[in-house]
Amino acid sequence: MTEVREPEPATTSELILLEKRTRRVAAVAFVRGAALLPVIAVLLIIGSLASPYFFSVGNLAGVGQQASALGMVVIGESLIIMIGGMDLSLESTFGLAPMISAWLMVPVAAFGAGTLWGWVPGILVLLAVGAAVGLINGFAIVKFRLNGFIWTLAMTIILYGLMDGIVSGQSLTDEPPAWSYLGSAYWGQIPVSLVFTVLVFIGVGLFLRYHRWGRDIYAVGGNRAAARAAGIRVDRIRIGVYVAGSVLAAIGGLMEAGRISTVASTQGYEEGIIFNVFAAAVIGGVSLKGGRGGMLGAGLGVILLALVQNILDLGNVNNYWIFAIDGGVILFALMMARVIGGEAAAD
Amino acid sequence: MNAERPVLEAIGVSKRFASTQALLGVDTALQAGRCLGLVGRNGAGKSTLVSILSGLRAADSGEVRFDGEPAPPLADIGAWRQRISTVFQHSMTIAQLTVAENIFLGEQPGRRGFVNWRDMRAQTRRVLREWDFNVDPGVECGTLTVEQRQIVEIAGALVRGTRILLLDEPTAALERDGVRRLFDRVRALVASGVAVLYISHHLEEVFEICQDVVVLRDGEVVLTAPTPTLTQDQLVSAMVGDIEAPVISMPAAAPAVRHKSTELSEELLVVSNIVAASTRGSLLDASLTVHAGERVGLTGLLGAGVATLGRVIVGAHEYQSGSIRFDGRRLPAGRPDATLAAGIGYIPEDRWLEGFVGLLGISENMTMSIAGHLAGRMGFLTPSKRTAAARPLAKELSLVSRGLNQQVDELSGGNQQKVTVARALASGPKLIVAITPTRGVDVASKELLLAALAEITRATGASLLLASDELDDLQICDRVIVLLRGEVFKEFTAPPFDTEELIAATEGLVAVGRD
Repeated sequence: MTEVREPEPATTSELILLEKRTRRVAAVAFVRGAALLPVIAVLLIIGSLASPYFFSVGNLAGVGQQASALGMVVIGESLIIMIGGMDLSLESTFGLAPMISAWLMVPVAAFGAGTLWGWVPGILVLLAVGAAVGLINGFAIVKFRLNGFIWTLAMTIILYGLMDGIVSGQSLTDEPPAWSYLGSAYWGQIPVSLVFTVLVFIGVGLFLRYHRWGRDIYAVGGNRAAARAAGIRVDRIRIGVYVAGSVLAAIGGLMEAGRISTVASTQGYEEGIIFNVFAAAVIGGVSLKGGRGGMLGAGLGVILLALVQNILDLGNVNNYWIFAIDGGVILFALMMARVIGGEAAAD
Repeated sequence: MNAERPVLEAIGVSKRFASTQALLGVDTALQAGRCLGLVGRNGAGKSTLVSILSGLRAADSGEVRFDGEPAPPLADIGAWRQRISTVFQHSMTIAQLTVAENIFLGEQPGRRGFVNWRDMRAQTRRVLREWDFNVDPGVECGTLTVEQRQIVEIAGALVRGTRILLLDEPTAALERDGVRRLFDRVRALVASGVAVLYISHHLEEVFEICQDVVVLRDGEVVLTAPTPTLTQDQLVSAMVGDIEAPVISMPAAAPAVRHKSTELSEELLVVSNIVAASTRGSLLDASLTVHAGERVGLTGLLGAGVATLGRVIVGAHEYQSGSIRFDGRRLPAGRPDATLAAGIGYIPEDRWLEGFVGLLGISENMTMSIAGHLAGRMGFLTPSKRTAAARPLAKELSLVSRGLNQQVDELSGGNQQKVTVARALASGPKLIVAITPTRGVDVASKELLLAALAEITRATGASLLLASDELDDLQICDRVIVLLRGEVFKEFTAPPFDTEELIAATEGLVAVGRD
């Protein structure tokens, strides 16, 4: 080859400039991920004005515990959105997995199946239910190329029906304490579920940045055809993410059931948590078009929603107005994220 | 109409994107009844100028004038469209709408929002007949060929009364006959007093139909002159500037380092009797062999199945019957990951579709094919490891960027293509399958890409299968195979290849050129 083509900047000062620019790019990316921080700061101020109890450890720990279960589902949904998919059935998996698990553990008198399983097989079943649902969704959407929106919409109704059906609409209580530990226990004044969820957020965040499969998620979500042409096993990644998402939703369901020491028949689907799940992810900068987003933003999205809920509770807002205000705050947060996040947040 | 006063003027137009000065004080003018060629390397600012002249983007400073009047405000798209129309490289027609609807898009004839279909069809027919365009107004645009869709876009410009037409790389997706017909149409338009701005990487086209040419380099106009006063070499050196242009005949010279007789080396790739359906050229019964270290060219007309065969080999396209053996083993169908693992590097035809992930950085894209090798046992790898692996490739291909973490979306077309090529080369393949790797790439970058392919195959002993309809590209090959309607029609084994003979073969003629 000839030596004629060397348009790259050569001088030291130019190279230093390049390095600086690269660092600035990284800083900009961080600011986008953290675009919700100012909104959260405002909420903290409002919260402290609304109630003196707001900044107590007890209150914040409670908020953290409540948000943890939702947070697990948000992680799962964020991953699915990032590969360019969507899964509405996570909310039903959130209820069904702990329900089947509890049903196999509690006595017949408490509407159980009578198998009286211990907590270890109980949790294994819970994880298996999550994995199975994810596998079914993944195969239907990826291999049979069915429309993911309609498929998971139908699935969410079916799974809820199964949940209602096996226990005839009852709620199950009296699960083994070890089973409820993750959702209910405290280490000192800190809820175990909060620690667990934060660790999962960090773990998944690092995985997304430093693991080849994590990078594959961005590649597949950003341009599926290019990822395939680069030798990435696109179908495997996509199905894998559906499975991971459902398993995370199942674990979230375990936390929620532990927290209220009941698997309520309303858990998940009837509460309509999927709206909050999508809201948290999208406000947090996860693009519904796929390929863009991260755990920092998604995590802040969860915190924001939890704070809004808590402030509305503490502020004695008239119950009839809670939904209107809740929805309004979400829209406001979305606009703030757009303003701060710039073009990257525009979709 | 005053022939002296330009119908379109750009006066001191400048535009800056973040840290890149895309245009700097550009002056240029279009005259009625003349065709002005706009040339420049990838990243010279051609696209930016086109977007400013067509009212899609505002200039930071300077102004655009129509017939001496200031341009309408950017928001008034309708006013812009009446003055100027742009036919982009990628068709902007809407596939689900009919020809008539596309032509009248946004200004359907009718009253109070109700569309008068009869009127619309009649007007469409009139315009099409007037310009001798042979397209049915009632068919959906999705069923049209690239050439016909281009006609629809030009017709759409004409019904608006546009007297200025911007053609952005209009021949990129046309086959030879289509190009000839396009030129006839452009000449007819120019003769009727339309002003045309013609953007192209193909300098011979510029010489053929443009009366004047303007050259952009690094965002500035470096040359404006009547075409007949220039030679091709002068034009190239104006485009390339201080960086000395690689000699145009470089690819032809490249195979000077010959391999040992290919008959003696082992068969690396054996493709037998492939049958594959594709809307862009089906394969009826295609077979070919590539030996170790050999460079094989593959060419043919647009629907001949050239790209399809390349895609079938790399596993990007399914096939119905036949077999592909590589390195002694049978390759599974439709598995790009398996072909990559077997040692085949893939440079796709459509880089926007398959070439890169725009949201991700350069180094990540370049090393996407080798992430598995770079990663540790647990699958973890740091961005710095990717950058270290990407840097030599970026240097080898003279990639111009603001650093290897820059999003590929932000690069110019030619540099995006370099990222795509680097991705294929990163895995150290035994065979590189490149499908039209030089499409949409400027003259200098094109020479560079071809030289890089020639050099890398020479240095590593890798084989090359180069599928291209650019006959110049094939000069780096040891052997050229011509496809005709999904089958191998003819094989040329002795370089340099005679362009006339190649063209004749792609058209299905044997006798021509050997009398």
